[in-house]
Amino acid sequence: MTSTETNVTSDENQPPVDPNAVTMSINGRSVVARKGELIIAAADRSGDYIPRFCYHPRMSPVGMCRQCLVEVEGPRGPMMVVSCMTPVADGQVVRTDTPQVKRAHEGILELLLANHPLDCPVCDKGGECPLQDQAFSHGPGESRFVEEKRHYEKPIPISDIVLLDRERCILCDRCTRFADEVAGDALIHFTSRGNNTQVLTFPDEPFSSYFSGNTVQICPVGALTAKPYRFKARPWDLEKVESTCTTCSVGCRITVESSRDELLRYQGVDSDPVNWSWLCDKGRFNFEAVASDARLEQPLIKRDGKFVETDWSSALRATAELVSSALRDGGAGSVAILGGARSTNEDAYAWSRLARALGTSNVDAQLGDGLPSTVYAYPQATIDEAANASTVIVLGPDLKEELPVLHLRLRDASEKKRSKIVEFGSKESGLTRYAWKHTGHEPGQQVAAVRSTLTETAVVSQLGKGSVVVVVGRGNLAESPEFTMSALAAVMELVPNAKVLPVLRRGNVRGALSAGLGSGSAVDILERAAAGKINCLVLVGADPLADFPDADLARRALTGVPNIVSLDTFMTTSSSQAQIVLPAAAFGEKDGTTTNLEGRVSQLSRKVTTRGTSRPDWMVAVELADLLDVDLGVGSVHDVFEQMVSTQSAFRPIDRAALKSSPDGVLLAHVGSAPIASPVPDVPERAGFSYRLVVSRKLYDAGQNVANSPSLALLAPGAAIYLHPLDLDRLGAPAGSNVKAIGARTSVVMRVEADATVHRGTAWVPFNQPGGKVGELIDASALVNDVRLENL
Amino acid sequence: MARLTEENVRVAREIIARYPRSRSATIPLLHLAQQQDGYVSNDAMVHIGELVGATSAEVFGTASFYEMFKFEPVGKYLVNICGTMSCALLGADELIHHAEHALDVKLGGTTDDGLITLERAECQAACTEAPCLQVNYRYRFRVTNESFDQLVDDLRAGRLDGEIPPHGTVARVRQRAAADRVVGAVAPEDVSDGPSWFDGKAAL
Repeated sequence: MTSTETNVTSDENQPPVDPNAVTMSINGRSVVARKGELIIAAADRSGDYIPRFCYHPRMSPVGMCRQCLVEVEGPRGPMMVVSCMTPVADGQVVRTDTPQVKRAHEGILELLLANHPLDCPVCDKGGECPLQDQAFSHGPGESRFVEEKRHYEKPIPISDIVLLDRERCILCDRCTRFADEVAGDALIHFTSRGNNTQVLTFPDEPFSSYFSGNTVQICPVGALTAKPYRFKARPWDLEKVESTCTTCSVGCRITVESSRDELLRYQGVDSDPVNWSWLCDKGRFNFEAVASDARLEQPLIKRDGKFVETDWSSALRATAELVSSALRDGGAGSVAILGGARSTNEDAYAWSRLARALGTSNVDAQLGDGLPSTVYAYPQATIDEAANASTVIVLGPDLKEELPVLHLRLRDASEKKRSKIVEFGSKESGLTRYAWKHTGHEPGQQVAAVRSTLTETAVVSQLGKGSVVVVVGRGNLAESPEFTMSALAAVMELVPNAKVLPVLRRGNVRGALSAGLGSGSAVDILERAAAGKINCLVLVGADPLADFPDADLARRALTGVPNIVSLDTFMTTSSSQAQIVLPAAAFGEKDGTTTNLEGRVSQLSRKVTTRGTSRPDWMVAVELADLLDVDLGVGSVHDVFEQMVSTQSAFRPIDRAALKSSPDGVLLAHVGSAPIASPVPDVPERAGFSYRLVVSRKLYDAGQNVANSPSLALLAPGAAIYLHPLDLDRLGAPAGSNVKAIGARTSVVMRVEADATVHRGTAWVPFNQPGGKVGELIDASALVNDVRLENL
Repeated sequence: MARLTEENVRVAREIIARYPRSRSATIPLLHLAQQQDGYVSNDAMVHIGELVGATSAEVFGTASFYEMFKFEPVGKYLVNICGTMSCALLGADELIHHAEHALDVKLGGTTDDGLITLERAECQAACTEAPCLQVNYRYRFRVTNESFDQLVDDLRAGRLDGEIPPHGTVARVRQRAAADRVVGAVAPEDVSDGPSWFDGKAAL
């Protein structure tokens, strides 16, 4: 204490001494650590490697494997302690290199290997296996164990994706700890005792967690393997680059790994502001879709109602002809561009440049399933700010289904008691279990719900305790987004200091909107198309027939447009209606940058050759511009990037050097001022026997990425209407039976199921499920949609 | 076999209320399930998970740690013959051999009438009375082949019904503590005073 004071007084330029700093010694060298830090973490920073199996920096320590023994000087001489359970202390003397420590490490490894089958030559982990590596670096070299090893059936499936080989398992508790502590799905557990201890699921209850793939990544032996990668490659044959996942807009950092020019694996990278090394299974395993046989390889042009393959120059000339004839006949307003939210920033920017050059503002990256881009005008929060806010207000979607890793971050915030979650929704979500307060409301009633909950005494006092972040997205595709925007305005009025984290789900939707692909609205564009006012519609990775909530409008629009050009990786239902289909490069096949939901721009890397003759979206825009006599002034993806950051105000803070020096990404500039709240629309009364429709997404659906990944495709739950059990009783239909759902325009037959997380008086239907037709029941122009149900 | 009966759910809720955290009731509820069915069925474990707020995997993980929870149906009487040192020296192996023949089952098996399951056990801490065995954890000392046969006869004839309840029975009379004497309904961190009976005057 005295030395601290002398320091401060003697030299005022010195930075203040950190009160939490402790000075210790590791192998004779002085190391500064923080109070509460573990010896193993301090040693990692000082460069003294301590072998370990169970320790993982993102999970609580358990001291399970005993491999990390070190000597700590004590009052009675050196004492052996597990360095993953022992916190640092001031003046602590640690040795990791004495003969005693070496003997201990060898002894533990000999014991861990006693029952390990040593089937390394046929094990997927061989070559990148912590047990193999540390047996070489810290093991005794030979074993005294000559008895028969423990035997189990090899491997048993513990879920549709993950297999477990219990013979290889060293019982480190990493996967079981992950399942309980991080994912919140404690579906695997140690069972039995002593020599029979083994990780198992409950009989017939599989480890069906959205995060199960992480256990495969953190398993320190080859006990857990995932179906999509089993026996595909040896680790030393894999080439890898770091990139950002664009499956949803969380933007998890990943390594993209390939062998023989085929994507084989994505692994999570520990990006502190974003994903903490975790990935969801959809993001981790949908690389299968990139290699799918269904990928488009050649441009297609429709002749006599049938697609025939053609070459790029003919296809582009034909496209240019369609666009220029549309411009000639109907003016710039008769050309429209939908999509771009699945591509890179550069792709989106090139298409927005082309649209501006053509003079059309019929451009939208969203498909009527998001929120108006004015949501970005509020003061913006980062994921870190949300996960450290004292109160998180969630308005909208089920984050576990739409943005799984953001769900993990908020769950962690609640479980570690940093944040209290106040949730509003028309259905309980994956986060409801962890919410401090969940206010259910009928579709359209969120403003009233917000006003009554946020003025309760307990909530007011909680809101006054610290920072507040509002997580806002589109929770219900069957209601107007205006309700959520009004509710957001109401929150901002009641909590003026709050920051907003918009959670629109499509991979690069924020980048696309910031790059200029949001001047129109998909609803308007499709209505104009249905009215015959659009002559040429370009779909840039967009599939309105599957993704636009109102199926009838999407169908009328696509029939109403004489000429459709689709740029996509797969033949979607919408592209099959096009005159020209151009094959697009997929994720992993192109360089560029992407923007996540918090506005964090990071680099995407190309790992494999593009499929067939497919091209990145930006290149198609540039070539089309050339044919239309428009000079975009760019010739490479780098040119597009440079032009984008110099012309788009949101991209001002981004440059090559900044992206290179911070692989976690650089945040966009904040543009615009908070919008003026529009009056809350009046919600029509619900008829006594109707159910108000709640339509939201599940993680696995009929989308192209899932449908073309064989390991994921079967995980989609399928189409059904879910009612509260008491409502189902009232209806008198048994669960699992088919009912007729009558909407405002038409009726569809669907399976009905009971679900206690659905609020009474509402009917919840997951969107875009295989065989589902819920879009028929949604009228995009209505404020809310009701449905009547009839027994068949 | 079955989830907990309505009556047992009522008992379960009473047990859960004794603990500040409901998960602490997992093992007492497993005993309750074993008392109900004679073994712990999968359905019962699912039900217990629902009652205490744990996943079935967590309940199974906890339960499978303990030898005395059975996950397959066992006979009405579980006969554990000790096979550890003192008993082994005084003829436990011969006794087991005799028992296998007398009951016509192998170790771990159950007689055809579903009455008796035979198991070998580790030391039962009655070495002075070797060889010993337990029937539903009730001791029989210095067991001979003849006294074993007599025991089986008595069990079959129901002559021991008063002494030995069916497997899984924790207690034939469920004890209930008066509300003011219940300990533990307050979380440890919230306890300020000692319990009411801990004032130095109780019991004496």
